[in-house]
Amino acid sequence: MRFLLVEDNVDLGQSVQKRLALDGHAVDWVQGLRDAEDHLGAASYDLILLDIMLPDGDGRDFLAAHRRAQRDTPVIVMTARSAVSDRVALLDTGADDYITKPFDFAELEARCRAVLRRQGGNAQTLVKYADLSFDPLSATVTVAGEVRELRNRELRLFEILVAAPGRIHSKAQLCDRLFSFAESVTDNAIEVYVGRLRKKLVGSAARIDTVRGVGYRLTET
Amino acid sequence: MTGFFAQSIRRRLILQLLVVAALLSVLLYFSIRSVADDAVETSADSILGAATMAIADQLRGADEGVEVDIPYSAFSMLGSISQDRVFYRIVVGGQTITGYPDLPNPPQGASLLSPVFYSTLFRDTHVRIAAVERAVLVERASVPVLVMVAQTRQGQAAIVATMANRAAALGLGFFAVAAVLSLLTASSVLRPLRRLAGAVGRRGPQDLRAVTGSTPAELAPFVLALNGFISRLRGALSRTETFITEAAHHIRTPLATVRAQAEIALRQTDDAETRATLHKMIRAVEDSSRSASQLLDHATVVYRTDQRDEAALDLGLLTRDIARRLEPTAEIRDLTLGLTLPETPVEIKGDPLLIESALRNLVDNAIKYSLADGRIDIALTVVDGRAEITVADTGRGLSGATAQELTERFRRGVNVADVVGSGLGLTIVAEVAAAHGGRFALTENTGGGACARISLPLR
Repeated sequence: MRFLLVEDNVDLGQSVQKRLALDGHAVDWVQGLRDAEDHLGAASYDLILLDIMLPDGDGRDFLAAHRRAQRDTPVIVMTARSAVSDRVALLDTGADDYITKPFDFAELEARCRAVLRRQGGNAQTLVKYADLSFDPLSATVTVAGEVRELRNRELRLFEILVAAPGRIHSKAQLCDRLFSFAESVTDNAIEVYVGRLRKKLVGSAARIDTVRGVGYRLTET
Repeated sequence: MTGFFAQSIRRRLILQLLVVAALLSVLLYFSIRSVADDAVETSADSILGAATMAIADQLRGADEGVEVDIPYSAFSMLGSISQDRVFYRIVVGGQTITGYPDLPNPPQGASLLSPVFYSTLFRDTHVRIAAVERAVLVERASVPVLVMVAQTRQGQAAIVATMANRAAALGLGFFAVAAVLSLLTASSVLRPLRRLAGAVGRRGPQDLRAVTGSTPAELAPFVLALNGFISRLRGALSRTETFITEAAHHIRTPLATVRAQAEIALRQTDDAETRATLHKMIRAVEDSSRSASQLLDHATVVYRTDQRDEAALDLGLLTRDIARRLEPTAEIRDLTLGLTLPETPVEIKGDPLLIESALRNLVDNAIKYSLADGRIDIALTVVDGRAEITVADTGRGLSGATAQELTERFRRGVNVADVVGSGLGLTIVAEVAAAHGGRFALTENTGGGACARISLPLR
């Protein structure tokens, strides 16, 4: 996905950009509303991640102007406020969703996906590998013309694997990305999801290999 | 005593008015009595005087002395008043010639040409005596004849007593009317004050406008002071709000950076020890930010419960919004969120922010404590004139803890040590339910998991 990140804090902006890039997203990061306007005029984005308190203005004013101009790029507000009244007010000003800092990137991604799905996502996101095609937005994988639905963790696991076919992912790394840090799970918990995903891929040339003692990788037979 | 008065202007005002009314009533009573006494005495005296004169008029000089023919009319005149006893005495030249010789003489030096009246004790009874002197010619010499008529005073006393009763009744009546009037006066005098207090008291939590409208001149300094205070409060509140917002921003932004950096570091290392440390770091960040949010929420709930903005709200709409908003959170744990809503709107009267906070906490809890692949069912129903929202999960249940225990502040279940939480979520839920005249219950499902239920009165 292509993000426009509007965040004035340098450390946070950098880390969010880097963290999203690790998941394979393209992120343009700007530090003010004027730069954001310039970028929006020059390129098209799937999503805008917007901070509220910015040096050259209030993010909510930007949001209102964005809606008035009838631009349909969805906006997720990253707010440092957590008061109930602020949450409600944000959605009233036209944000598609909001996320409270500090945020869980898995949740941010889930919210982005939900927002894009609500908007009626584009076919651009279709990923092809071997004989299957994968649509992360609708969480489906199509094997030989048969559409199979993936549950969220299966979807994220497949997303990770398909982003770097042939690469070995350790159980620990996969666990970090599949489970929230608030849950305590053992690395073996990943086996359940690998097993489920394998069932969804039955009949396809794509296969998940177990590399004993190391982890898993996606290959083609 | 001063404390008692200082407590209420109304009480003080009423008390003062009542004291004045009581004094006036007593004064009224005594003046009526005195006028009545005078009137009764004067009329009794004039009859007594007339009777005395009637006897005196019958005095005639005779050959051997003075002849008196006591007319019957003189006594019948007196008898007409009451059953009082009558005494008389006629003294000629210092000798009592008829009547009671021990009837006391009139005071010395009084002119006795017209009747002289005096009260005295005679044979242990109070009597009123009229005395008049006539000169009668006896053998060409003028002989002074003193005629005295006395009458006991029971009749007069009875009349005076009746009058006194009337006066007392009048006084009491006056006092009663004055008391009612003083109550009315006190409340009418204090009405502008009450109106002002009501107008300020009814205001919503956000309403910090200056007080306007007509107030009596005496209250103007107070209203001026109040408006000054309101504007200072507004300033202080907006500064505090700005401060909290900025403080939250300044704390949460670096926390977000720490979290993002920790996640990046996790991606780049396979060292088990470093990973464990990073995990702990992320959990700590999550813990502190969640606690901060919950504390802020709880403070908001407490503040708004005191002075909430009640409005009609559609619980169905609100429940749907919350479910939709929390769906991605449930989704990343492979939880299915089921939502059952009635087809018609379910209107309740309440503070939307408080209700939102309570529902969010319930659903959030269900998500947190559910096992992966579980189900959470949110249902809104109308039961016996009450709106009932149930949030049922297939999670770990309560392990025997009761709703009462879990709604205590900072109290958490015994089986949740591995999940980040603040111990305030259910406290918020219970407080919001109570503030809306609702009930909150938490039960264990038969098939495992917990079921939380809020019921709120319909509008």
